[in-house]
Amino acid sequence: MNPPSAQRIKVRPAAEREGRKDYISIRDFGFWYGEKKALDAISLDIPERQVVAFIGPSGCGKSTLLRNLNRMNDLVDGIRHEGDITINGRSIYDPGLEVISLRRRVGMVFQKSNPFPKSIFENVVYALRVVGVRDRAVLEEACETSLRKAALWDEVKDRLNDSALGLSGGQMQRLCIARAIANRPEILLMDEPCSALDPIATGKIEELIHELKEQFTIVIVTHSMQQAARVSDRTAFFYLGKQVEYDTTEKIFMNPSQAQTEAYISGRFG
Amino acid sequence: MASSSDSSTPRGEAFVWFSGLGLIIGLGMVMGLLALVLMNGATVFWAPPVPVAQVDDGRILIGQLAQRRIRAGSPADHPVYERQYQVGLRELNGNSYLWVDEAKIKGETFPADVLGLERVENGPAFVRPQSLRQSDGKVIPATDAAFETAFQAEVAAAGAVRAKLAEITRHRIGDVNAAMDKARVALRRAEDLKLADDVASLQKEIAALDGRFAVLQEEAKQVVAGGAVASLVSQDAAGREVVVPLTQVIRAWFPNRLDTWGRVKLFCSRLGEFIFDEPREANTEGGLMPAIFGTLVMTVFMSLLVTPFGVITAIYLREYAQQGPVLRIVRISVNNLAGVPSIVFGVFGLGFFVYVLGGSIDQLFFADQLKYNNNTPVFGTGGLLWCSLTLALMTLPVVIVATEEALAAVPRGMREASLATGASKWQTIRDILLPASAPGILTGVILAMARGAGEVAPLMLVGVVKLAPTLPFDGSAPFLHMDRKFMHLGFHVYDLGFQSPDSDAARPMVFATTLLLIVLVVCLNLGAIWIRNRLRARFKGASF
Ligand SMILES: Nc1ncnc2c1ncn2[C@@H]1O[C@H](COP(=O)(O)OP(=O)(O)O)[C@@H](O)[C@H]1O
Ligand SMILES: [Mg+2]
Repeated sequence: MNPPSAQRIKVRPAAEREGRKDYISIRDFGFWYGEKKALDAISLDIPERQVVAFIGPSGCGKSTLLRNLNRMNDLVDGIRHEGDITINGRSIYDPGLEVISLRRRVGMVFQKSNPFPKSIFENVVYALRVVGVRDRAVLEEACETSLRKAALWDEVKDRLNDSALGLSGGQMQRLCIARAIANRPEILLMDEPCSALDPIATGKIEELIHELKEQFTIVIVTHSMQQAARVSDRTAFFYLGKQVEYDTTEKIFMNPSQAQTEAYISGRFG
Repeated sequence: MASSSDSSTPRGEAFVWFSGLGLIIGLGMVMGLLALVLMNGATVFWAPPVPVAQVDDGRILIGQLAQRRIRAGSPADHPVYERQYQVGLRELNGNSYLWVDEAKIKGETFPADVLGLERVENGPAFVRPQSLRQSDGKVIPATDAAFETAFQAEVAAAGAVRAKLAEITRHRIGDVNAAMDKARVALRRAEDLKLADDVASLQKEIAALDGRFAVLQEEAKQVVAGGAVASLVSQDAAGREVVVPLTQVIRAWFPNRLDTWGRVKLFCSRLGEFIFDEPREANTEGGLMPAIFGTLVMTVFMSLLVTPFGVITAIYLREYAQQGPVLRIVRISVNNLAGVPSIVFGVFGLGFFVYVLGGSIDQLFFADQLKYNNNTPVFGTGGLLWCSLTLALMTLPVVIVATEEALAAVPRGMREASLATGASKWQTIRDILLPASAPGILTGVILAMARGAGEVAPLMLVGVVKLAPTLPFDGSAPFLHMDRKFMHLGFHVYDLGFQSPDSDAARPMVFATTLLLIVLVVCLNLGAIWIRNRLRARFKGASF
């Protein structure tokens, strides 16, 4: 039995690739903002070099989970967690692991594009500057490679020294992607990267995600079911801080096992 | 119910008018202040025509109109006006300024031969010249066509001699004196420590300096002797003969003969003296260069000190410190520091910076100086460094508050973006937060500068003086002398207004100095605003 949504949403078959099936492994993870429990008993494995989408209604904890993967939530006061998250077998809460080195391996793109008030060039190479790279040739190389991967090179190659704040919204978001991948992280986290963009810019970024997954493991939070269906290999559906269903995107959209999931993707709530 | 909702709308409107009224009153007071200072200050150097006035009681006077006012106690419907003339010739008239009832003035004429003189001593003079006795003994009567040119040439020659003399007495003899003081201290030390070789060489040095001193004195005598002995024979208003040696004359002008261009030139010449020369006659005449320079250097130093302290403190408070009750108390204290009367900072500066810090520096580094120079302190007394530090402390809260606000205003996304790329907290602060909040920080520095540049009270305790013999900056190492006392425009205003022997003569200078102080502060602020706008332009489009 096909849910009605299957006719509307075209689903790409999941990519079959080499790599660890439990590259990122989240185990019985719970999370509190002060007294408020935002996540409860999350357990899921994210395979290497695949795209995983987190979907669910607003406030269900998608961003919270995503921001735990690079410990961005450490910035918030009064947080607490239980359970564990491992990347490539190693716990990200390992006291011997520095948060900084974790974040260097896990890049992040935010919902609202946030370029620095610096030149385009300096924005892209910021992550390299931070680790002390000074060699101009290395920086220029990294800048070009990242901008090419982010499909922005042709548009900005003649004005690398102009302020990044003069770019359009879509360009800024692609610049943020270029910045996030400049120091070759292994994982790329994207929190609703297209929510503020027009359809053309969105299309470009979705194409980009297809190309990037050749090299990176990508976790993307999205509000748009169509987008999840178009770009992801696996999809996790959350509701009120709980993980309702996690499976291949095809399965989730064509044949969800939970009634809640079906209700959500067919647009009956959320 | 209906009536109460009806009446609520006009009640709101009243407050619009109210706040508008507040703005108008505030603006009006500021404009009034500026207009008053500008009118009184800018006209000080202008030379108007000078009348010869006949008074009822038979007196005749020559003088420049200084003020006109309603006599105190005169009936409101028939106000009695009185005028104040600057008649000059203090040594003859006893007072440079004279009040006369306007009704008693029978007539005023403006004869072309009235001559105004600015003199080295005894203030200005207004006379009617008779003849010029030149250096070579020739006498030119004032009616002669060649009189004016010859006269101005002699005045210029006398001025050149005065400049040469000042160069010798003030600078070259001053240098010798400074070297002598140093050598004497060294000699006392050498004698005390029984260093026979040093004693001998120092005695030789002192002898050499003595010799140079004598030579310079002789040179000065020669300059005086070789200078103009010309003098001007003239009459004052009452017809008494006044002989003015031209060595006494700084500037001479015919106020009733000058065309506008001549008046403008005279104005510029006086303004130039005011800005670039040193003060004379207990600060009531001459220029303000040392005070301008002192104010400028002190303000710049204060800004250089307060900016790093304030920014570092604010970074700690905002970015590193654990937010909680302790931090809240610290913040309240910092904010209250801004409300502490400035004289309290002066007392603190004297007690801590000068006596404790300065005293310790002297003990540590200038012990010999203290021991062999009658306990004369170097840093253990007021000076430029302590003034800058005291004002830096006073303006610290302004910079801290401004920096904290600027840091808080940096969008959260930018902070997160930096941290997410793997930057450390410090790297994020240095590379992202500080550049982004630079305009806000500079706004704080501008406010601090504006407050510091005009502050006087605390400075009187920690190093500003009425008359400093030397500038804090000169050609001898280490060039910038942070231990020296210096002059300050704000203190100069106070000194002129309240400490001056001749308050009438000081009055125009008070306004001119006030105007100059305002202009200086405005210039400093414009400079800082210019820098801030350049920084802002770099971040244009950002949300701060
Ligand atoms: N910094 C925070 N402090 C306290 N509560 C938060 C914070 N961020 C998010 N939350 C709460 O956690 C829950 C999950 O939020 P979030 O992960 O942002 O949801 P989503 O991204 O799915 O819309 C929400 O109820 C939200 O109010
Ligand atoms: Mg979210």
